[in-house]
Amino acid sequence: MSTVIPIRANVGKGCTDVVPLVERGQREVFCGLTGIIWLHRKIQDAFFLVVGSRTCAHLIQSAAGVMIFAEPRFGTAIIDERDLAGLADANDELDRVVNQLLARRPEIKLLFLVGSCPSEVIKLDLSRAAARLSVQHSPAVRVLNYSGSGIETTFTQGEDACLASMVPDLPVPQANAEQELVIVGTLADVVEDQFVRILNHMGIERVRFFPPRRAQDMVPIGANTRLLLAQPFLGDTARVLQARGARLLPAPFPLGIEGTTAWLQAAATAFDITSDRFQAAVAAPMARAEASLARAKLHLDGKSIFFFPDSQLEIPLARFLSRELGMQLVEVGTPYLHRQHMAMELAMLPEGTFLSEGQDVEKQLDRCRAAHPDMVVCGLGLANPLESEGMTTKWAIELVFTPIQGYDQAGDLAELFTRPLMRRMRLAS
Amino acid sequence: MQLTLWTYEGPPHVGAMRIATAMEDVHYVLHAPQGDTYADLLFTMIERLQKRPPVTYTTFQARDLGGDTAELFKTAAREAFERFSPKAMLVGSSCTAELIQDDPGGLCKALNLPIPVVPLELPSYQRKENWGASETFYQLVRNLALPKDAIEKSKSAKPRCNILGPTALGFRHRDDVAEIRKLLTDMGVDINVVAPLSATPDDIARLSNADFNVVLYPEIANLSAQWLKRSFGQPFTKTIPIGHSATCDFVREVAQLAGIDPVAALHDATSRAAWYTRSVDSTYLTGKRVFVFGDATHAVAAARVAAQEMGFTVVGIGTYSREFAREVREAASLYGVEALISDDYLEIEACIAALNPELVLGTQMERHIAKRLGVPCAVISAPVHVQDFPARYSPQMGFEGANVLFDTWVHPLMMGLEEHLIGMFRGDSEFHEDAAPSHLGGGVHAQSQLDVAQPLEVAQTQEQQPQVAISPQSITVSVWDTGAEKELKKIPFFVRGKARRNTEKYANERGISVITTETLYESKAYFSQQ
Repeated sequence: MSTVIPIRANVGKGCTDVVPLVERGQREVFCGLTGIIWLHRKIQDAFFLVVGSRTCAHLIQSAAGVMIFAEPRFGTAIIDERDLAGLADANDELDRVVNQLLARRPEIKLLFLVGSCPSEVIKLDLSRAAARLSVQHSPAVRVLNYSGSGIETTFTQGEDACLASMVPDLPVPQANAEQELVIVGTLADVVEDQFVRILNHMGIERVRFFPPRRAQDMVPIGANTRLLLAQPFLGDTARVLQARGARLLPAPFPLGIEGTTAWLQAAATAFDITSDRFQAAVAAPMARAEASLARAKLHLDGKSIFFFPDSQLEIPLARFLSRELGMQLVEVGTPYLHRQHMAMELAMLPEGTFLSEGQDVEKQLDRCRAAHPDMVVCGLGLANPLESEGMTTKWAIELVFTPIQGYDQAGDLAELFTRPLMRRMRLAS
Repeated sequence: MQLTLWTYEGPPHVGAMRIATAMEDVHYVLHAPQGDTYADLLFTMIERLQKRPPVTYTTFQARDLGGDTAELFKTAAREAFERFSPKAMLVGSSCTAELIQDDPGGLCKALNLPIPVVPLELPSYQRKENWGASETFYQLVRNLALPKDAIEKSKSAKPRCNILGPTALGFRHRDDVAEIRKLLTDMGVDINVVAPLSATPDDIARLSNADFNVVLYPEIANLSAQWLKRSFGQPFTKTIPIGHSATCDFVREVAQLAGIDPVAALHDATSRAAWYTRSVDSTYLTGKRVFVFGDATHAVAAARVAAQEMGFTVVGIGTYSREFAREVREAASLYGVEALISDDYLEIEACIAALNPELVLGTQMERHIAKRLGVPCAVISAPVHVQDFPARYSPQMGFEGANVLFDTWVHPLMMGLEEHLIGMFRGDSEFHEDAAPSHLGGGVHAQSQLDVAQPLEVAQTQEQQPQVAISPQSITVSVWDTGAEKELKKIPFFVRGKARRNTEKYANERGISVITTETLYESKAYFSQQ
């Protein structure tokens, strides 16, 4: 425990005590079903069956489907008027649809019944359905359930709900098992591999990832588990993992050099890694990242940026952009603020940063237009209209679909923000 | 419940959004849960609109369900009116709001807004996008259109018409309107109102000031046109001007409604496509087997162009528009095929796999299917993705539309000379039967893999039967000897699947257990006589 996190020295209170502007009104955000778009690729033998309306099917299809030309590992059981007539009938119907699906896709090992707004409002008990179907299809297929409905979840919270639903099935490690590091949250495969190399290099050998790439790779969770959150939107997952005795390592999120270093340091501290070994493991990738950020800083330094709420990644991104690239934060909007998980991030934000939680989109647009920032991070429903008003935008969803964590992605992450500015310059000249 | 991988249409409130977004000065207040704003990006991304759709969502959350969602709706409606000051307002529910039954229409009446408010009843669990668009347009017309005597009829001596049907997010609606507007204007017909695309509520009010209506998209506008006929005595056109000959028919129909000489109107009628299809370069297109699927209007029109203008053989036609099933069945009977009326993607996939066409004319979904089966494909109907909202002028309708169709449909097919050479010489390392057409950049042509029939896969896609259905392929009792198998490979890839199936059918009917090279040629001779 001899090391200190280097960044702590120059961190004041930042935004720790700041009270965000909490707004309620029209929210221009995705629902949790959207998480299926990346989760179905991450867990390769899982299938996501949404129980919902045609709207739900249309949402996933519009958000992802039209770009995917292969047969996807998701689908929708569309509720129709017959199902609305009586609940018992709806359960029989669901069994029929699941049987039909599993006959068509015998390679599926894990089936998620994903709740939606309609299924929640009519109180279709999907958890009982999942239990019933699990028994029927055991051992070939496990059936789980979570809600990705818009009334309960916003965008990335769908992943949180999905991962939390997997936790009860996870095995308990042996009583005197060695301390093990579990990294929680979907990361790109390439990022996972990089983290494993760095952690192994500093001497942490026992590293696992949750969610796993295959449904059968069950990560044991218990008192020996040390949790490192790779994503900021995992409130429920962290809670149920901690309830099983796992210990959460407080850390900022691994975005940018500073965030990645502090995040790795949290693991190093927990595993009693010496400062020398830590430095030896991170020195080379850190130097590479510094070089790549130097170029981006030329374009971004002093530029102002405005975040509309989307994924809960906004605060860590704002921290990275302001501290490592010199951007000015006009407003940082987040759909939901988990104070405890975000504590270190908040402490690192520049003092006086304007934070908002929730949304009233028309009022927020008024604020954005009044401030006329150099760059706006927002969803696809707002991006083109704002561009046509003369603003430069960065569409937020890309930040969830691109490998951005870790040292070797720091430059790529910065480039996601420089590219729209560069493009505007090029097209103007 | 219905298992759905891809859906051809969105829910009906998306249809209502297409009407609201197409129009000016109309606002739509939609009672919907958080997340339903995804529909905005259909317009801002796929159609690349520069404005946000004029839609205010209540975006209620779970915690609101315990409280007063009705009050939430009223606040949203009042604020939308104050902020956007529309000239007319649409109010309605999405699928989830339909379940909580807040009655947006009644709530809005209580607000006493000084503009017309049109309540929409869109049953989300029974109806779909096009129905929603049609119903919304109809309700707007019913509520806003003024009777003839309230409108000052202008003095112009020219016949006058409305163009009805084009919406936001419509497949090529933008350019179809431009093309048809020009066609009508050149004929000497004045355009009174184009609706809903870029129409205002005031424009809807003066619809009756036209002599007749031109219905471009019956899925959207038929209901309204029928009402206008009943109420104001305006006749409307039935011909869809897609393809050269249909456009000529359309000109004749309009001329008759407008009291113009059709011969004069058709005097300059010409499209390059009419000559291109007659030029000898197009001879090899004769009898190419084509499967057509889309909304009813585009499917029926495309089948006619395919059969009469391109000289293709229509081996299948279908639609997802159940409201127009009758029209498609009638068209199917012209080509002696069974119409496929379904919105079940898996059923359509199974049908295409069984028919083994050389070209698929369909929607974005048929592009998925065609890619999987390795069949050339062109898009003729919504649903479509961003590449089918092109920057260039690309109508489907009128004479320029006929030109666009010719280019678009021929492009995915292998060109004539290459097709001949591949039929003659095999084993070329670069130009071989397994390669994609060289004008499309080569690459492995998946269709060639298909000549090995895969009964199990096809069987699995027979969704309606719970048991694994026995598809025609899997009852094959005859086996191929090596010589015949080799000979089969010499048949050009795009007809090879058909040859295999015909030969097996021929052998089965005659109880031949081993198919030899002789059987292959006997079967070929037998089927060519038919």
